[in-house]
Amino acid sequence: MELKDKLVSSFMAFENQIDVDTTVHDIRSEAIKVFEEKGFPTKKEEAWKYTSLNSLLKNDFSVFPKEEVALDFKDIKKYFIHDIDSYKIVFIDGVYSSYLSETTHEGMDICLLSAALHKDKYRQVIENYFNKVAKTDDSLTSLNTAFSREGAYIYIPKNKAVDKPVQIIHFATGNEAALMLQPRNLIVVEENAHIQIIERHQSLTENPVLTNSVTEIFADKRAVVDYYKIQNDEQNASLIDNTYISQERESNASVHTFSFGGNITRNNLNFYQKGERIDSILNGVTILGNKQHVDHYTLVHHAEPNCESHQDYKGIFADKATGVFNGKIIVDKKAQKTNAFQQNNNILIDDKASINTKPQLEIFADDVKCSHGCTIGQLDEDALFYLRTRGIPEKEGRALLMYAFANNVLESVKIPEVKSRINKLIAKKLGVNLGFDL
Amino acid sequence: MLTIKNLHASIEDKEILKGINLEVNPGEIHAIMGPNGSGKSTLSSVIAGKEEYEVTDGEIHFEGEDISELAAEERAHKGVFLSFQYPVEIPGVSVTNFIKTAINESRKAQGLEDMPAKDMLQKIREKAELLEIDRRFLSRSLNEGFSGGEKKRNEIFQMAMLEPKLAILDETDSGLDIDALRIVANGVNKLRSKDNAVVVITHYQRLLEYIVPDFVHVLHNGKIVKSGTKELALELEAKGYDWLKQEAAV
Ligand SMILES: Nc1ncnc2c1ncn2[C@@H]1O[C@H](COP(=O)(O)OP(=O)(O)O)[C@@H](O)[C@H]1O
Ligand SMILES: [Mg+2]
Repeated sequence: MELKDKLVSSFMAFENQIDVDTTVHDIRSEAIKVFEEKGFPTKKEEAWKYTSLNSLLKNDFSVFPKEEVALDFKDIKKYFIHDIDSYKIVFIDGVYSSYLSETTHEGMDICLLSAALHKDKYRQVIENYFNKVAKTDDSLTSLNTAFSREGAYIYIPKNKAVDKPVQIIHFATGNEAALMLQPRNLIVVEENAHIQIIERHQSLTENPVLTNSVTEIFADKRAVVDYYKIQNDEQNASLIDNTYISQERESNASVHTFSFGGNITRNNLNFYQKGERIDSILNGVTILGNKQHVDHYTLVHHAEPNCESHQDYKGIFADKATGVFNGKIIVDKKAQKTNAFQQNNNILIDDKASINTKPQLEIFADDVKCSHGCTIGQLDEDALFYLRTRGIPEKEGRALLMYAFANNVLESVKIPEVKSRINKLIAKKLGVNLGFDL
Repeated sequence: MLTIKNLHASIEDKEILKGINLEVNPGEIHAIMGPNGSGKSTLSSVIAGKEEYEVTDGEIHFEGEDISELAAEERAHKGVFLSFQYPVEIPGVSVTNFIKTAINESRKAQGLEDMPAKDMLQKIREKAELLEIDRRFLSRSLNEGFSGGEKKRNEIFQMAMLEPKLAILDETDSGLDIDALRIVANGVNKLRSKDNAVVVITHYQRLLEYIVPDFVHVLHNGKIVKSGTKELALELEAKGYDWLKQEAAV
């Protein structure tokens, strides 16, 4: 059976299994209809022109894992940022793992979506926020909505600065021959509250995994949200990440996406500005080799005056790796004095590597500053010679230049341990040890 | 120390060096002068190991060993240093991190451990002082947005840190005002010893008042057309290069 049919036919069984109120039930039923009508996106759609899911969808993915698997912390410790104190929300094959997690209900909620979906005390929040910023006509988002059962639920009340970062980690154990996961996160950050979140999807074997994830984030007035996505998965693990961020006035939201591995990774990152003096930051470092593919598909919608957005994506592609950057900026007529910056710079190491990069600007206001630029180049050979005359060998010299190229994105990472982990991952990816952190 | 015999080099099938002979011994200072386009930078790049240039004939020996097939970094590890006429800007790498990496990579090549952080700092401080380099300057991105003079001073700072046996200074004086010139020349002189040697490439006699050469060579059209002592530099200053070009044509 085709994956689409399998998903549609298992929806009823799924829906009967879980106990949710009628609002959520209605949302799900609508969502499965959208998915049934639209199906998986194909290259015929403009938005998926450069990313094909065909080969992925041939796998016979299990939609519900048969049995729960336990993992030993010492075996998976390395996938955590373990040198800092943090809240942790950990899932194994889509199932919440309480012994690996560290949640809280003290003065805020850092816990599970499943709890929020069926406990009465969260009903109001769910009604106000669940599926409210996610795109309801998008087929993959709808597919996730239909099957949304588990994920992180975070609610930070007014004026609360969360004392330590939250790590959301999904493990795929390989217990299934092929596994499809659909995590769903809901994050509500009230007025003047602050939070930092680190997210990672990690397969532990070569077995194919397809994750179709949806994250909704609401940043209220003056809220500060920093989100770090570490994408360094196994060669047979693919990720479709759909992140939707709704921002109220004077809020500041940043998403850093570090893409170093995996099979096919698609990042649909959507920012919706709903008030004045908002800042949205979208940064990315992509370093790929083999036949890895990453597609960054960003949207920033400026709807009110005096707001900013900053996008800075750096890509390094070796072997037969392929990349896509499509950055859409919409500036509504009302959104005067918008400052929207977008930059996408790429280095191609090998002839067979490629990148498709495209800005898409739809500007309806007349008093705006919009700048965008994209470059595709090779490493600067003169710079490399310069380094070599100082005794830095060719391989290390190339790595140093690549580090330098990505450096300004790393500089904006606010958690030092995350920065140093990213530095290490980059060094490992480049096969060098430079002995310092930039 | 450095022995160059009948060196021919070309780029894109265009011959630029057309039979150079040069002998530099420990403790000596050589100046190479010559008009624009005569091949001075090419000669320095070929000695330093730039792969774009093809050595079509001749030999380059350093301390008795043929180095013409060695990679640029291997030559650096043996003690060859080139101060660039146009130092390259490398945004995103600080001067400090760059020099640390350079020193530790050279040590690694010699089978040594990394230099202890404390010693490194001490050395950086000492050499920065010698060249009157401000500490803030060291945390800036390498050469990015540096003035011409700052770039050249930074080249000599790197030389001071790396302590090469043979330093080739390619027009280190261009872009320097008189104070900076004095500081740079003083730095170079402080680093001199009976065991190392310096090749100074320059257009002007000016630098040679501070770094006094034992020999002066004139490069013209890819060949050394005249060699002499420091008086030759004065003669060139007074008469220009035209008389040499005529002499060479005869
Ligand atoms: N990369 C190159 N490609 C082509 N020609 C070059 C290149 N580098 C140098 N040349 C040529 O070689 C000659 C010598 O240049 P150069 O060594 O820079 O001279 P100088 O340093 O004495 O001014 C010039 O004619 C220059 O145009
Ligand atoms: Mg020159």
